[in-house]
Amino acid sequence: MTNQAPPAILVDGISKTFEIPTEGAHTLKERALHPLRRGQVRRMRSLRNVSFHVERGEFFGVVGRNGSGKSTMLKTLAGIYGIDEGAIHVDGRMSTFIELGVGFNPDLAAYDNVMLNAQMLGLGRSEARARFDKILEFAELGDFADLKIKNYSSGMLVRLAFAVMIQVDAEILLIDEVLAVGDAAFQQKCFDEFERIRDSGATVILVTHDMSAVKRFCDRALLLERGTVVAIGDPEEIGDQYLDMNFSADARAEVAAEIAADPDDEETSADRTTISLAGSVNHDVDRHGNQKAEIVDSWVEDENGDRVEVLTFGSSCTFAMRVAFHETVENPLFGMSVLTDQGVTVFEPNNLDLPPAGRFEAGSVHESRITFESYLAPGRYVLTPSVCKDESGLEWFDRRPRMHKLLVTGHVKTLGTMHPPFRLELTAATDDPAVST
Amino acid sequence: MSAPQTTVPDGFNAKPVARDFSEIDRSTLKPPIKGPSALGTDFRRMMGLAWTMATAEFKLRFYGSFLGYFWQLARPMLLFGVLMVVFTVVVRLGNDVELYGPTLLLGIVLFTFLGDATGGAVSAMVDRENLVRKIDFPRMAVPISVVILASFNLVLNLIPVLIFLIASGAEIRWTWLELPFLLLLLGVLCLAIAMILSALYVRFRDVRPIWEVVLQAMFYASGVLVPVQAIQAKFGDTIERILMFNPFSAILQQSRHAMIAPSHPSALDSAGAWWVLLIPTAITLALLFGGFWYFNREAPRIAERL
Repeated sequence: MTNQAPPAILVDGISKTFEIPTEGAHTLKERALHPLRRGQVRRMRSLRNVSFHVERGEFFGVVGRNGSGKSTMLKTLAGIYGIDEGAIHVDGRMSTFIELGVGFNPDLAAYDNVMLNAQMLGLGRSEARARFDKILEFAELGDFADLKIKNYSSGMLVRLAFAVMIQVDAEILLIDEVLAVGDAAFQQKCFDEFERIRDSGATVILVTHDMSAVKRFCDRALLLERGTVVAIGDPEEIGDQYLDMNFSADARAEVAAEIAADPDDEETSADRTTISLAGSVNHDVDRHGNQKAEIVDSWVEDENGDRVEVLTFGSSCTFAMRVAFHETVENPLFGMSVLTDQGVTVFEPNNLDLPPAGRFEAGSVHESRITFESYLAPGRYVLTPSVCKDESGLEWFDRRPRMHKLLVTGHVKTLGTMHPPFRLELTAATDDPAVST
Repeated sequence: MSAPQTTVPDGFNAKPVARDFSEIDRSTLKPPIKGPSALGTDFRRMMGLAWTMATAEFKLRFYGSFLGYFWQLARPMLLFGVLMVVFTVVVRLGNDVELYGPTLLLGIVLFTFLGDATGGAVSAMVDRENLVRKIDFPRMAVPISVVILASFNLVLNLIPVLIFLIASGAEIRWTWLELPFLLLLLGVLCLAIAMILSALYVRFRDVRPIWEVVLQAMFYASGVLVPVQAIQAKFGDTIERILMFNPFSAILQQSRHAMIAPSHPSALDSAGAWWVLLIPTAITLALLFGGFWYFNREAPRIAERL
């Protein structure tokens, strides 16, 4: 059976080039002094000949790294940026959520914020006023209508923003990843709302670099790299390709060749933002401890003993750290916390349950090595090494939160964060009442 | 067009199956969307949005502080107090003018409106960057909301002017009804300038200091302090006539004629001939159409230039 209804969105070969003045007229004075000098412009091609379509009721993901053009894509779809070539056909009322509650002002009460936000999203003034009560009811905030929203909890704010979003009757929703910034609880609330929107049958386009969100919600996904479509298809396959792409020389060369063949481009934003997907973060702003011992170095080793930032799923690996003791301490604990990039602790190996480590003299340097089979699911992780003493109370000697980033690659199909070996057995259950006789 | 049909496989919460891109029937597509524009597709929605933006801003300014209204009045009133002393005690220029106090105050209040509306418009787009870069709305709502906000303040400022006028012994006349039309005219002039400045500032950041200087010069050069009678007495008819080239001066003079006392010459009397008034009219229209043309041209690219 063929489907004759027009798709919700059809993007037909769009291109977008930004012109960034490198020098010259930023002021009227310069313009007036040098009327004939044409400002030097660097052209940056953000999107080139992108085509795709989104069916009605689909949850569609657009993924790509920083600088791949996905934000530009979102903004052209939203009508914030004009396009140079091609066309975007939209069938239905579209609303954009690049930010939760665009125009929300913390010093205003719910009414003013809702009016402003709803009108920004496309309602008329009288329509917005008529729906205000419904919005508050939906957000379960009826008692807080007169409260300035700076006094709202994050949950209340999310509910209010999503309530407006749902009450504007958008048939097509454009959602940006930054919606889900904030603490884990806030993200969870946003994700809960996503689930609900998806189940309500609206067409949704989610733009993100977070593969786990794409795998979790999307029916189909598009992978964007340097402004070109690399692939469109099943989120699982796109996810694998996305992870591969960061390491495969072939994929990079392919894209580079395509760019070299494009005369209209001198630079892409990907070149300007040096991307380090893995690699140490080493922003030690959160480092804390009393310095009785100091973590002078820490790293991750693969099974060959090489220091790595990228691990293959299922291989053996070692978290190592080198600790210099400045004071003599007894029975210290060495630990390494592994967190997902969403901030959820996955794994926390340490010597808490092992026999006491003994006495460590001032001036000595020791190395701790934690070796295990890596059954972390493919994805991004953050590592925190620490040395502490745990007797009556916790005494940090040195703790370096988020010192390392770790990327695990592999072709495991899972939405979980761990994927240890397991056995699955199937038996025929003939005694079940559901079995018809 | 056939009724929407989707291939629905049996199952829980089944999703439509996506077609191949090449199989899509292009004839059923809606026309392509356009990028951001100055006016959008719905004029009423744009005006509603501008009104909501202005009222929200107004509430922010006044609800926070108990003395908000008085602070709002303080600036023009203090300026008035100082100038009143200077021109009646020190220079004695205003003593020949009937009801110089209200004359001066009306001038200051109208000029404050011009300053609020145009000065506020300069950085209006840039200040609302978080909206402009994140949502597609008719860009014209921004300068319009600035002018609406300035006119709220104007109404508040006009209250003490009327009180002062009546307290000074001016008679209430039918010509007071001219005032709303004159204010509307002034509002149009302000909107024209606001469109130009807000779009220009996105490209050229020295628009702000330049406009501040222009406003300062206008304050002294448009007859706010020294009414036309005094100017005419000192410099003659030609200067008085040239003063009327300035659209703001012409509107101000007509407001004084209508509001203060008939002894203040009307804009027509000051101009000397009707055709002289064509010049400020032409300037206003040129600013309005030129401003709209420029704003409309820039509107699609404002978001990416911010």
